[in-house]
This record gives sequence, C-alpha cells and structure tokens, in this order.
Amino acid sequence: MLGSRFKLTLEIAKVHLLSKPKQTIIAMLGVTFGIAMFIALVGLMTGLNDFTEEITMTSSPDIHIYKDVTSPRKTILQQTNPGSLSWVHHQKPKNELTKVRNAYRIMELIRKNEMVRGVAPALSSQVFYNYGPAQLNGSILGVDILEEDKLFGLKSKMKEGRIEELLATREGIIMGQGLAKKLDVKKGNRIVITTPEGHTMTLKIVGIFQMGIGVVDNVRCYANIGTVQTILQQDPSYVTDINIKLNDRHLAKKYAAELEAKYNTKAEDWETANATFLTGVIIRNIITYAVSVTLLIVAGFGIYNILNMTIYNKMKDIAILKAMGFAGGDVRSIFMIQSLIIGLIGAVAGLAIGYILSVLISKAPFNGGDIISLDHFPVNFDPKFYMIGVVFGVITTAVAGYMPSRKASGIDPIEILRGQ
Amino acid sequence: MEVLATRNISKYFYEPEKFQVLKDITLTINRGEFLSLVGKSGCGKSTLMYVLSTMDTDYEGELEIAGQKLTGKNQDTLSAFRNEHIGFVFQFHYLLPEFTVLQNVMIPAMKRNQFSHEEIEYKAMERLKTLGVEQHAHKPSNKLSGGQQQRVAIARALINDPDIIMCDEPTGNLDSYNTHLVFDIFKQLTHEYKQTIIAVTHDDEFASKTDRIVQMSDGRIVQ
Ligand SMILES: Nc1ncnc2c1ncn2[C@@H]1O[C@H](COP(=O)(O)OP(=O)(O)O)[C@@H](O)[C@H]1O
Ligand SMILES: [Mg+2]
Repeated sequence: MLGSRFKLTLEIAKVHLLSKPKQTIIAMLGVTFGIAMFIALVGLMTGLNDFTEEITMTSSPDIHIYKDVTSPRKTILQQTNPGSLSWVHHQKPKNELTKVRNAYRIMELIRKNEMVRGVAPALSSQVFYNYGPAQLNGSILGVDILEEDKLFGLKSKMKEGRIEELLATREGIIMGQGLAKKLDVKKGNRIVITTPEGHTMTLKIVGIFQMGIGVVDNVRCYANIGTVQTILQQDPSYVTDINIKLNDRHLAKKYAAELEAKYNTKAEDWETANATFLTGVIIRNIITYAVSVTLLIVAGFGIYNILNMTIYNKMKDIAILKAMGFAGGDVRSIFMIQSLIIGLIGAVAGLAIGYILSVLISKAPFNGGDIISLDHFPVNFDPKFYMIGVVFGVITTAVAGYMPSRKASGIDPIEILRGQ
Repeated sequence: MEVLATRNISKYFYEPEKFQVLKDITLTINRGEFLSLVGKSGCGKSTLMYVLSTMDTDYEGELEIAGQKLTGKNQDTLSAFRNEHIGFVFQFHYLLPEFTVLQNVMIPAMKRNQFSHEEIEYKAMERLKTLGVEQHAHKPSNKLSGGQQQRVAIARALINDPDIIMCDEPTGNLDSYNTHLVFDIFKQLTHEYKQTIIAVTHDDEFASKTDRIVQMSDGRIVQ
C-alpha cells in the first residue's frame, strides 16, 4: 500500500521535472560538472600521489641509521662544571667521523628481530665526477650489492648490466642514468672520481640504473663497500649508514625510537625523512576535495534556486493537493524526490564524464622531466572514488532540496486559495 | 441523518487588529441536502467554509463530520479525513496543468489508495461521463474551456464518494450557460445520488433554487 502511494508522489515529481526540461537539465548539469571534476581531479591527484609514494617508498629505507654530527652535544664548559649556569654560543660540530660505531654488530642484532625484512650497510661520500675539465658533483654509495637488492629491488631498476657484475669487478660502479647522460658515458667506460679530501681513483662503469627519481638518478653511483673504504682510505669497519626495511613499515616510527635509544645513534623513520613529500600528499588531497566540494556547493545552490522557483510557481497546485488530502510529508517528498532524481542522474552522468576525462588524461603524453621519470600521467581509477562521487552528489542535492521541500510542506492552503 | 454539525464556532483574526470574524455558529446539514451559504461580501462565508473544510483549525467550538469529531485532530489525520470524506470545488478550477483530465480526476483516489489503478480509472471515466466531459479525458487539462474545467473539477471532487462537497463560489467565474449547467449537475447529484453539497455563493438566483439557504451577516448566521 505504501508502495503505490510512493508511486503517486514519484509520478507527480516526474511530471514536474519533465514539464520544465530545460530547467531540470541545467540543475543536473551543475551536479554533473561537480562530480566529473571530482572524479578527474581525484583520479589524477591520487594517481600522482600513489606513483610518487610507490617510488619514494621503494627507494628509501623504512629506518635509516646514521651518525648525526650536527646533533647537540654537551659543551666542554658543561662537562667540567656540571650543574653550573653556563652558555656557549655558536658551538661548532667536532671534526669527527660520520662512522656508525659497531655497525656490523648492530646489524647482526637488528637482523634477529622478526619485524625486520632486511638490513644493509652503506658507506656514502660526496665525490666529484671528472668530466674533461669540468667536475660534476655527486655521491658514491658503497654497498653490499646483494643486500641492497634485497631491500630496494635494484635488479629491476637496472637499465644496462647486471648487479652481479659489480661483485666480479672490484673497481666497478653502477651509475644513475641521469648522471651517465650528463657525463655522456656508457657501460664499459672508465671514469675518474675525486673525494673532498683530494683522493682520486679510476672506476669502470659496469651498469646503469634508473630509480625514477631525479634526486637519485642524477647524482648517485653504487660501488662495493670495500672500494669506497679504499677511496676514503678507511678501515673495513667504516660504515656511515645502516638501512632497514621492515615487514610492516607503519611500525617504523616506534622501532626507530627504540633503536636510537639502544645504540645511541640517529635512527630516522621514513615518515620523518619524507615529511615534505607526505605534506605534499595531504595538500593535494585538500585541494582536490576543496575544489570538488566548492563545485558541488555551487551546484547545490543551483538546485536550491530551481526548486524554490518551482515551488513558487506551483503554490496553487500545492494548495489544491493539500486540500484534496495530501499531508505535509507527501508534499515534502514530492519535492525531495525531484532534487534526489536531479542529484542521482546528475551524479551518474558526472561519473561517466569523469571517467572519460580520466581516460583522456591517462593517455595524454606528459614529460616528468628530471624530477620523476614519467611519460604519461598516472591516473587512479579506484571504484571507491566513484562511490564517494555518487554519495557526494546525492548528499549535496538532498541538503539543497531539504529547505525548499520543507517550505513547500508548510504552505498553508487557505492563504493560497483565499488569495485568488 | 446529519452529515455535518458545528457547535458554537467562533473565530478571531488578530491582524491587522483583533476582530471576531465568526460568531457562535451552530449549524447542521443533513444527508442529500443542497445548501447555499449567502451573505454580503466580507461577512465571513469563506472563512466559515475553511473551518468546515478542516483546513483551518484555529477556531473555538466544535466540528463534526460524518459522525467524527474533528476539532483538535492533528494535521495528518485531517488530511486523510479530507481525502476520504470531503470534495472541493473552488471558484477557480485548480486542475493540475501538467496532467491530463483523467489523471486530475484520478489523483485523489490514488492518494486514498483503496482501489486498483484500473478500478480508479474506470470510476474516473464514470464521473467524467456524469459531468459530460468524458470525450476530453485524455487531453491536457489546460486545453479545456473554463466551464469544462469546472466540470472536471466537480468530477474530481466526486471521485472518492465524499460525504459532503464544499464549494466556494463555484459559478463565480462562469457565464450564465455554464452556471446553469453546473447548477443542474448539483441538483442531479443531490436528488439522484443523495450527495450533500454546501455552496457559498452571492448569486441570488442560484441560491434561490437550492434546498436550503443559510444567510450570514457580520459573522453570524441570521437565517
Ligand atoms: N487572513 C486574514 N486576516 C485578517 N482578516 C481576514 C483574513 N481573511 C479574511 N479576513 C477578513 O475577514 C472577513 C471575512 O472574510 P471572508 O470570509 O473572506 O468573507 P466572504 O467570503 O464572506 O466575502 C473580511 O472582513 C476579511 O477582510
Ligand atoms: Mg469569499
């Protein structure tokens, strides 16, 4: 019984919408435009976010242990006069090695923890790559290449050569693609490097890698850790960094704090290290939702106006319906149904147009430049956003339709009938 | 048998200043009666009609229709009551312009939701035949002449077999031909079908031919 009564209000709502097709279509287009923009924007923004997150996360450790020479230390004055009120301005770092003490012992202990997926040592140093008379600034990373591969999947990043060739060649390096391009060198070429201390060495390029991030590909070379120790004229225990990957990277923050306390070194988790990148993600999300919500609010005002106009024009009809026995709730649902139909059809059309836009964007050629290696925009087609889009659209129209509908339900038929 | 009864109905308007528009109105209407309510313009006829129609609930006194006391009932109950028991005909026809003639007549019955769509359609066609406008059933309602539209409005008022039909100046907007036509229809409805009708009018000729004339003056029933 309730069903057929609903059919009557639905029928009246339908007739109202169809009797003013232009007005109805314009109201729908408002919602369509808002939802389409939301789908296209959110697809592009989250596509970019996911893409950069993916390459950033795979190429950076979950926890990075190193010695922070800039960390504050007790001044000599404080050490000799403990408890005294003293102040030393502009304290400079000591000339000390950036060595992580007992690195191999620490790694052994860390490896025993079942949260840990892998641990790899690294020895990094600033170097100059000599290129004719010019010198290019860069860095060399001494690694245990097999461990490094376990952590960062180096094998899949190789453009030329294989990582095993580094094991066979003591004085070999694997060079970032951007750097190789700048130096105009290929696999098999030899290159001279100079350390800040003035030591030089000739190394052979045994492979080229590409991480997909400019800040790595344009400056970095991998070498055997022993090779780098030799260049720097340091002993075989000299390690500057320990990189850790966890099975669940969300535990990194807590575990890093634990390590820091236990081994008295700096241990930085990925969230802290990538703070700026993560802020970027948040800002992009805020922009996406702000723009979409703004568009939907504009669409909502459109619906509000059109519904108000319809109700104003239909005062007499509403009065007669009420006289004939329609309750306030029936009148309200006549107009709520109208706004929900506008919202639903508008939102579904918006999804379709948003999807088409997303496909076009994902096909458009795009040059990521030096920053990230990209030739097309990465676009996210997650159905979750399409669900959110429909819910957004319907909620907007429901909110926009509520006030006019309530006004219609409260119309006093006597006032209208008497006025004639 | 009485269809409608009021006891001491009074009503006040407070804008622009307090004044009593209905004064102590006690009235009974019997089944099959064709009653006309007459009086000078501004004497309170329409106001009384709106109280009797249950649309106006702001009054003192008591109202009873078809044996049910309606004073103090909530709006939704009164809406449902109007739908089942009262038919309306106004000076202007008030058909819904986007619907066909037939749909307009069917709407109160569909709202009542007691019969199937086919039964309602059949009944609506019967009413249109009684009113002599069945040939226009499938036209948009706004394509009919004023007299035809008013007859459709009467058919609509009849669709739920109401206990009483209330009319406010039903012929006020019609030429004399259509006025006579509507009058004859009302006469036929009351005499053949025992339909109760109360009609506000200031057409003395129209009133003089009804079964009973109730004269109002200054918010009171004087005769
Ligand atoms: N909403 C209102 N507020 C104040 N006064 C009203 C209102 N409606 C009607 N009136 C006054 O009440 C009196 C009766 O009006 P009405 O019932 O329409 O008279 P009639 O139908 O007999 O011509 C008139 O003086 C009119 O001006
Ligand atoms: Mg009047």
